[in-house]
Amino acid sequence: MQRETHTMKIVIVGHVDHGKSTLVGRLIHDTGSLPDGKLEAIKAMSERRGMPFEWAFLMDAIQAERDQGITIDTTQIFFKTEKRPYIIIDAPGHKEFLKNMVTGAASSEAALLLIDAAEGVQEQSRRHGYLLSLLGVGQVAVLVNKMDLVGYSAERFGTVAEEYRAYLASLGVEPTCFIPISAREGDNIVRHSPHMPWYQGPGVVQALDGFTPAARPALRPLRMPVQDVYKFDQRRIIAGRIESGSLEVGDEVIFSPSNKTATIRSIESWNAGDAPQGARAGQSIGVTLTEQIFVERGDVMSHLENPPMESSVFRARIFWLGRKPLEIGKPYTIKFNTTEAVATVEAIEHVIDTQDLSTRPAERIERNGAGEVVIRTRRLLALDEAETDPATGRFVVVEDYLPVGGGLISMEGYPDQRELITVRSTNITAVGHAVTGEARIARNGHRGGVLWFTGLSGAGKSTLALALEHELFTKGYQVYVLDGDNVRTGLNANLGFTPEDRAENIRRVGEVAALFADAGFLVISSFISPYRSDRERARQAAREAFHEIYIQASLEACEARDPKGLYKRARSGEIPDFTGISSPYEPPETADLVVPTDELPEEECLAELIRYVDRSFRR
Amino acid sequence: MNHLDELEAESVYILREAFAKLDKLAILWSLGKDSNVVLWLARKAFFGHVPFPVMHVDTEKKFPEMYAFRDRYAKEWNLNFIRELCPPLEATDPTLPKAARSAARKTLGLRDAVAKHGFNGLIAGIRRDEEAIRAKERYFSPRTADNSWDLKDQPPEFWGQYMTSFPPGTHVRVHPLLHWTEVDIWRYTKREGIPLIDLYFSRNGKRYRSLGDMDITNPIASDASTLDAIIEELETTKVAERSGRAMDHEAEDAFERLRASGYL
Ligand SMILES: Nc1nc2c(ncn2[C@@H]2O[C@H](COP(=O)(O)OP(=O)(O)O)[C@@H](O)[C@H]2O)c(=O)[nH]1
Repeated sequence: MQRETHTMKIVIVGHVDHGKSTLVGRLIHDTGSLPDGKLEAIKAMSERRGMPFEWAFLMDAIQAERDQGITIDTTQIFFKTEKRPYIIIDAPGHKEFLKNMVTGAASSEAALLLIDAAEGVQEQSRRHGYLLSLLGVGQVAVLVNKMDLVGYSAERFGTVAEEYRAYLASLGVEPTCFIPISAREGDNIVRHSPHMPWYQGPGVVQALDGFTPAARPALRPLRMPVQDVYKFDQRRIIAGRIESGSLEVGDEVIFSPSNKTATIRSIESWNAGDAPQGARAGQSIGVTLTEQIFVERGDVMSHLENPPMESSVFRARIFWLGRKPLEIGKPYTIKFNTTEAVATVEAIEHVIDTQDLSTRPAERIERNGAGEVVIRTRRLLALDEAETDPATGRFVVVEDYLPVGGGLISMEGYPDQRELITVRSTNITAVGHAVTGEARIARNGHRGGVLWFTGLSGAGKSTLALALEHELFTKGYQVYVLDGDNVRTGLNANLGFTPEDRAENIRRVGEVAALFADAGFLVISSFISPYRSDRERARQAAREAFHEIYIQASLEACEARDPKGLYKRARSGEIPDFTGISSPYEPPETADLVVPTDELPEEECLAELIRYVDRSFRR
Repeated sequence: MNHLDELEAESVYILREAFAKLDKLAILWSLGKDSNVVLWLARKAFFGHVPFPVMHVDTEKKFPEMYAFRDRYAKEWNLNFIRELCPPLEATDPTLPKAARSAARKTLGLRDAVAKHGFNGLIAGIRRDEEAIRAKERYFSPRTADNSWDLKDQPPEFWGQYMTSFPPGTHVRVHPLLHWTEVDIWRYTKREGIPLIDLYFSRNGKRYRSLGDMDITNPIASDASTLDAIIEELETTKVAERSGRAMDHEAEDAFERLRASGYL
């Protein structure tokens, strides 16, 4: 038989001392996968140390483990059967090391779950079964071990198997098989055991060979979370991995949650023969687009039909590994596809007892616990339900830099917000003074500040301000544009266009912007503000939160654009004191950022601004 | 997708994650078959470019063939190449066995290079199947400020979400080949036509299976003089890959001690 080349990833789980390490030792030995001389060396070593030989020693390759007597981390061991190679992950049963089991199990294609025939189903047997289902390990073989200790009794095997079958059934998991084994004696591992003639089913190796390799679903709707956008040469390549579905050159695609559409012009590759015309789930690819739209890491590319949902609130089944419990109202970072978002748990619906799957209300989820929660993110996310699309329907929770939990998304009871996202952020609520700036930053995930746009009429201030506001809003910023339209009609309704009134206009805008910034907002102010002295005053109001952004275009360019026909009217003398024509513009001497709109296309300018904001204000 | 395509896609994904999240990144190029594959994968990931430095921490004890190879491909592949020297043997821990001391030079050299260039991410071509202790690695493996590795308390890593933000002063080792096996490396090298140092091929009945410093690496008995023959040999052998490296055998825990202090 020709051996498959795919190395299947297997995890071995079960309660402490139920025989996981022993089974691993057995498997590598009985399949002939052990380097020559290793078994002898280990036997000699245990003799030297005066310990009886254990199959588990084969695994305990490092000092720390031998000293402590328990396996401390996910260990990966390779072995081969006739059918294919395997990586076997011994996931320890000790409670402390659940996070290692999660690491191992989440990357596995199938699991072997051991239960001691004499001790029967124990706490970790259930918890591990529960986690396997949560982590998405679909194929499980249950091994009832140490059959030698129960006289190879068919009845005992039946009792243990039935109890555990019932538990898995309530999780909706159907195991591939139940096998009675003795890891230590080698019963039903590679060969059928003469001690258990009553058992006709597969041995462990046969069960392993019966598993099917996991593959990302090519038949589901397309999802490609954008990893990055590269401009190493003339090409602008959108890079990412297709998590599900497939695509072809010429396909119309949409990027969520920014909701921009484009057409795939090419699939780029290097040293891979002819330019590919299509790609499918599992491939890490790069595409170029026909239209020059602004796309960034975190966007999800899909087809126009069947795009992901968009929401900033959803339900999740969570498991928690953090030292500190999961708490309502506390801001966490969640990592989701290729994006990150600040999230708070709005409600804990219940916690789940993994022993009997009963639920009860709770205020927090403790370490190694599980529960169902409602999560609200500051920004809109493009998401799927874990039930149908596991890869794009689950997230990792991070606290103090460390991954502390995982969650599966369900949208039950919550609408798709895709339709709602054009709404502008207008509901500003007053905040009490007992709130510190630090707390606001923690909540918002960014500092407040003033982006003071200055530049000639027609340089592109308003266009960029509004586009930037929209982008930042979808990215989760608290952002608001101050411009002539919303200031002149209210706050400054009593001001005209005399030089004094203009100066007062700018002064008030500067003060209001500073208040916004103090309240944690990012304010984009979009005024010509031609005089350095006026801008200097605005800087003094907001102090270090003030960022002067020069939206730069030459007078000729602005006059050529003349979107509102103002230059023409100024030239004819109809508008007096027009900046650039009949009144001076004093360009910034030390702008924090210069955006040359007459040199760069609009989406480049926007990208420049977004990068600047992320760099300067993200926490 | 076949097996090699899957491996490649996963590694490319990891390299791109590293590039997106770590701003001072470099590839460690040991000139051996594994780090050549890493370089190749980087060129795949970034469409022919390697957008960060490629660093060789030089013990000055490599085979002449290795230096010739390095100089040729650093130029041909248009790499942003950096060479850093290791400190002398006297600078290493005198309680370590001899061969381990010589490998420890590399650890020190690496520490100095990281400090000098301010790297916060180093890409290295280690594999889980090389040695038991490497089996415990993560794709993104944080190191503390003094470069050490806390074997007993590693962050969980699941669902393709790697640990990519860190407290100040931490740097991270990125291991895009962690899930590859030795024979995968050879099959991929063959498929892609990746150039290689001749020492891997049999001459007078001996070849090198793994290339370290000249004084601590021994060839194994082998007649495999082509890629196909090497692949075939690996299919049947049960001898551990690093068995040609002297230091692994000197003390049961030498490898672990080296690793905890920053050796690859
Ligand atoms: N009698 C008997 N003992 C076993 C069997 N499998 C494992 N053991 C013993 O159970 C103990 C715990 O096994 P180990 O593999 O370390 O369990 P782990 O904690 O799940 O990895 C050891 O003393 C083993 O020798 C078996 O099939 N029969």
